[in-house]
Amino acid sequence: MLRIPCPWCGLRDEIEFRYRGDATAIRPAGDGGVDAFFSYVYERDNRRDWHLEWWLHTGGCRRLLEIERHTLTHEIRSVRDSAEALSARPAAAR
Amino acid sequence: MNATATSSLQPARDARQSAGRYSGWRLFLEGLTGQRGWPQAWAKATPRPRYRVVVVGGGGQGLATAYYLASEFGITDVAVVERGPIGLGNVGRNTTIIRSNYFRPENVRFYDYSLRLWAGLERRLNFNAMVSQRGTLNLFHTEAQRDLFTRRANQMRLLGVDAEAVSRGAVRALVPLVDLDNGRYPVLGGFLQRRGGTVRHDAVAWGYARAASAAGVDIIENREVTGIHRDGKRVIGVETTRGAIAADTVCLAVAGHSSHLAAMAGLRLPIESHVLQAFVTESVKPLLDVVLTYGAGHFYVSQSDRGGLVYGGAIDGYNSYAQRGTLPMAEEVAAAALTLMPALARLRVLRQWGGVVDMSMDGSPLISRTPLDGLILNGGWCYGGFKAIPAGGMATAHLIACGTPHPLAAHLALERFAAGRTVDERGLGPFPYAH
Ligand SMILES: Cc1cc2nc3c(=O)[nH]c(=O)nc-3n(C[C@H](O)[C@H](O)[C@H](O)COP(=O)(O)OP(=O)(O)OC[C@H]3O[C@@H](n4cnc5c(N)ncnc54)[C@H](O)[C@@H]3O)c2cc1C
Ligand SMILES: [Zn+2]
Repeated sequence: MLRIPCPWCGLRDEIEFRYRGDATAIRPAGDGGVDAFFSYVYERDNRRDWHLEWWLHTGGCRRLLEIERHTLTHEIRSVRDSAEALSARPAAAR
Repeated sequence: MNATATSSLQPARDARQSAGRYSGWRLFLEGLTGQRGWPQAWAKATPRPRYRVVVVGGGGQGLATAYYLASEFGITDVAVVERGPIGLGNVGRNTTIIRSNYFRPENVRFYDYSLRLWAGLERRLNFNAMVSQRGTLNLFHTEAQRDLFTRRANQMRLLGVDAEAVSRGAVRALVPLVDLDNGRYPVLGGFLQRRGGTVRHDAVAWGYARAASAAGVDIIENREVTGIHRDGKRVIGVETTRGAIAADTVCLAVAGHSSHLAAMAGLRLPIESHVLQAFVTESVKPLLDVVLTYGAGHFYVSQSDRGGLVYGGAIDGYNSYAQRGTLPMAEEVAAAALTLMPALARLRVLRQWGGVVDMSMDGSPLISRTPLDGLILNGGWCYGGFKAIPAGGMATAHLIACGTPHPLAAHLALERFAAGRTVDERGLGPFPYAH
């Protein structure tokens, strides 16, 4: 059982959340071209390492969170609200 | 469909064949001397510095690829490089179900080819893999679901593959322990493929390893591939924990670790790795003689010959290489089991484990060339690559030996994603955690 420290609700069990996938896949601009869209939709780093991912706190605050979790140990090392995470990214990558 | 697939076991190629054929007569003779005369089933190879083909990963797919390269295509200069001992990957962790009850015609043809190979496999490998075509039964609970299954059954029958829609009464007769009127999803009927069933998974790994070794393949255990050597756009070999091995062709057959190995060659794949769990209960007298699938509740079960109920459900649901499951899914699967078959509440779970499965973006596997010359990919098997071991091995060997896709696996190439020709059985889209 993962225990996820939600910035709004505190330490909560994994079953309150819904996984929403790789948070590094970033939608290209509309004129980004076929290769960029192919890569965005289908290709993943799928790392055996630290992994940045989206989790939706469905059974709590209903906020989308950006979590950094290790895919081998399942250790979680950072959690922040998606609004904060996106504002920290360059505008093109939001 | 492939006439060559029915040829018999190849004659001995070297002295390794002295391991001898297995037979009832031999078992009897060995019995007279305390069963002490059995040699090891496959040779401990002395690795050579270069091979024509290096297969990375000694699971079912890798071993079958090597076996068919040698026995079907006459390419014996082959090594299988496995980081651990043979059989500890998904080939030894799955729930052993074989079937070809898919919807997409290209999938039905491919998996049914596998089913036909399974049917003759034990004779061909001279190995008892306990192939048991006991039937697979999927339950449906609504009229819409019945229409969907009927459509699938019709699709399969048009392709010459057996499938039947069966009534509620027939479900009761086949699986008396199912609570047809359960409060969650009352059962309306079922979708039966009689040729589906189970195979003893370990025996598949051992049988292919033994037959491949006898045909001249080097099986190199306890040697992890740590890098892939390239010369520009061409792959020329692998780096391992015990030195480099050169090869004309490197074939990745590492299941859940496909992305990890592909990254060593600088490639990104349309794959995510996820954990799938399985469970087995204590042994009881025969109470279930088909493979039963309860898709609505994410639970499926069969009874092993030893008597334990082998069951599982959905993937844990987030990227993982951990090779162990988490408790919420264990609970969810057990809850579904008890909804469907309340009598199981009396059984104790003996063991639970997880395997890392390579979930592809459309839920279908990859048997494919890659953007790099000399690098072939066998992967993306999701939770269903055990049943495909004979066909997957044959198709991968065909691709390596002939340079062109096997006619029944041409739809499994990597290019399908960019070309918009995904093979998405369930129409779920590129969300592996939802497949
Ligand atoms: C719990 C569970 C239940 C399943 N149930 C079914 C089922 O009922 N029916 C079905 O059809 N399928 C099922 N599957 C899926 C099926 O088991 C897999 O799709 C299939 O076994 C994958 O192919 P493989 O046998 O070659 O994989 P594996 O046996 O995993 O082989 C891959 C090998 O590559 C090796 N490897 C990895 N990295 C390296 C490296 N760097 N160097 C060298 N070697 C390396 C691994 O050690 C491993 O032995 C299930 C899977 C799981 C986990
Ligand atoms: Zn919250």
